[in-house]
Amino acid sequence: MPQPRKLVQGNEAVAEGAIAAGARFFAGYPITPSTEIAEILSRRMPEVGGSFLQMEDEIASMGAVIGASLAGVKALTATSGPGFSLMQELIGYAAMAQVPCVIVDVMRGGPSTGLPTDPSQGDVMQSRWGTHGEHSMIVLVPSTVLECFTLTVDAFNLSEQYRTPVIVLSDAMVGHMREAVALRVEDLRLARRGEPDCDPDEYDTVVSTLDHILPRPDLGSRFRVHATGLVYNRRSGAVDTSDPEVAADLGLYLREKIYHHRDAIVRVEEVGTEDAEIGLFAYGSVARSARAAMKAARKKGVRVGLLRPITLWPFPTGAVDRMAEHVETIIVPEMNIRQMAWEVQAAVAGRAKVVDLGRVDGRLITPAQIEELIDREVDHLRAR
Amino acid sequence: MADDGRLEVRVSGSGGQGILLAAAVLADAVAAAGREVVQTQSYGPEARGGASQAEVIASLEEIDYPEVDLADLSLCLSQAAFDKYARLTRAGGLVLYDSGLVDEMEIPGRRLRGLPFTDTAVHDLGAKVVTNIVSLGALCAFVPWLPPDAVDGAVAARVPARFKDLNLRALEAGRRLVELAEAGIAIEGAEDHDARGAAPVAEAEDRPIECEPCADER
Repeated sequence: MPQPRKLVQGNEAVAEGAIAAGARFFAGYPITPSTEIAEILSRRMPEVGGSFLQMEDEIASMGAVIGASLAGVKALTATSGPGFSLMQELIGYAAMAQVPCVIVDVMRGGPSTGLPTDPSQGDVMQSRWGTHGEHSMIVLVPSTVLECFTLTVDAFNLSEQYRTPVIVLSDAMVGHMREAVALRVEDLRLARRGEPDCDPDEYDTVVSTLDHILPRPDLGSRFRVHATGLVYNRRSGAVDTSDPEVAADLGLYLREKIYHHRDAIVRVEEVGTEDAEIGLFAYGSVARSARAAMKAARKKGVRVGLLRPITLWPFPTGAVDRMAEHVETIIVPEMNIRQMAWEVQAAVAGRAKVVDLGRVDGRLITPAQIEELIDREVDHLRAR
Repeated sequence: MADDGRLEVRVSGSGGQGILLAAAVLADAVAAAGREVVQTQSYGPEARGGASQAEVIASLEEIDYPEVDLADLSLCLSQAAFDKYARLTRAGGLVLYDSGLVDEMEIPGRRLRGLPFTDTAVHDLGAKVVTNIVSLGALCAFVPWLPPDAVDGAVAARVPARFKDLNLRALEAGRRLVELAEAGIAIEGAEDHDARGAAPVAEAEDRPIECEPCADER
C-alpha cells in the first residue's frame, strides 16, 4: 500500500533518515538552522532504544559520536558553520582512525556567527578540506526534503562501507523547507557493521585492501582493537611514526580507499545535458533555482542542461568532463564566492568557458538571476 | 493564479505571532488537497519581535524555485510586515491585514482587505494567541479549491489536543469575517479598499552582488 504523503521539514527528514538507517546515538549542541534535528532526535532516539546526549559544545559532541561508533553503534551529530568549524579536528581523527560516523552540516551565512537564520553554501570547501592533513571525504548535498531523508541513509551506508566519516551538507533553505513527501522505510537497503571475516587471532595479520575493506570490529568484541590519531601500521594497528613507508602506506590508503571507489560513490543528476549548448552546474537548494531557469530557457528555445552533483566530494569530475565536451559555457551559481566554480574550472581545463554567479547576502539565488546570465552568454555565442 | 494551478502565499508578522505555524498548517492543508506544496520561511535571530515571514507555494506541477517573489495572496499581521511585504504582492493580488494593528495606505493595483483578526481572537474567542488561526481561516476562504475540511484537519493535527476546539472555532471565526465582509455586512473595525485602476507594479528588489570577473575573463 502506498504510504500517504505528509508535510515534512528537511531537518525532520534528516532525523528520520538517521533513525531509518539504524543510527542509535546522537550527540550534539543545538545551533540554528540545524536545531530541529537535535530536538526531534531527543524524542525519537529514546523511542527506538537509542541515546541522545546534549553535550557542552561541538568538540565534545564529535568526540562522543566517535566513541559511540567505536563501541559499535551507528552515530551522528548535526550542526551549522560555527559548530562544524569546532568539529574539524575530530573529523580528522575519525578519518585517521577510520571510524564510521555521519556529520550533518546545515549551512548558514558566515564566517563566525554570520547570518544564523539565512542559507549559504559557504562550507563546501570546509567540508572537503576543513580538517588538516591528507584525507578523503565523502560529502552528500540534498536539494529536496526527500533527499534529506535518502541521503542521510546513504551517508550511513557509505560511512560503514568505507569506514570513514561522511558529511551531509544541507543548508538553511533545504533544512527549514517543508514539502509533501512519503518517507518509505521499507525500500531502504542498510549497511550492517559486521565483523572482519577472519579469526580474531589472525586479525593482526589480515589487512584491508582497496577492494576489500574489513569492517571495524567493535571495542569489547573478540577482536583486539586499537584506535589512534597517530600514524599507525595498517597491518598491525600499532603506532609507528618513525617509518616513512608506514606513514606513506597509511596516507595513500586513506585517500585511495575513497577515490578507488569513486564511480560507486559519486552520484549526479543530469537533465537536458545531451543536446545542451549552455550547462548549469548547481547543487543543494540553488539547484532548484537552476532547474527553474533551465526550464524557462528551454521554453525560449535555448538548449540549457543541468548537472546537479548529489555527491559533491569526491568531485564529479567524470560528469563535468562529459559536459565540457559539448557545451560552450558552464554557469556555476552558488551561495558563496566561486568555491566550486574553481573546481569546475579545473576539471573543464579550458574546454568551455566557466562563468560563476555568487551570492553571499543570505538570500537564495533566483531563477531570474541565472536566466539573465544565460541570456548574456547566448548573446555572446550568437555574436561570434 | 497561473495555468499550472500555482498559488503563491506570503504570511508575515512579528516573531511570536505564530506566523510559521499558520504557514505550516496552510501547507499541510494543500498537501491534503493533493497538490504539490513547498513552504519556506525567513526570520531574524530573535525569539520574540523582529520580522517574520513564511511562504507557501501550491501547484499542480513540480515546484522548483521554493520562494515567493510577488505573492498572489499576502497576509500581514503587523505594521512592519505590512510596510515591508504588502507591496510584494502581484498586481491584482489580495492583501489581507489585521485592521486593528495596521494603518494601511493605498497600494496601487492590489486589493486590500483589513479584518479585525486580533480583536476577534481577543473578544470573541477569549484568546489572543489564536489570532494567527483566525487570519488563516480568513485567508483560506479566498482559495476556492482548498476544502475547509482539509484546513480543519491540518489545524487539528498541529495543535495540542486540549486546544483543538478553540483553534477550530478560530478558523470558523476567520471564515465568518470574510463571509460578512464579502456580503457587504459592516464589521466593526473592518476596512476594504478595492484597487482602482491597475498601476504598474514595481519589481521586487533583487540585486545580485557584484563579483569580480571570473578567472578565465581576467
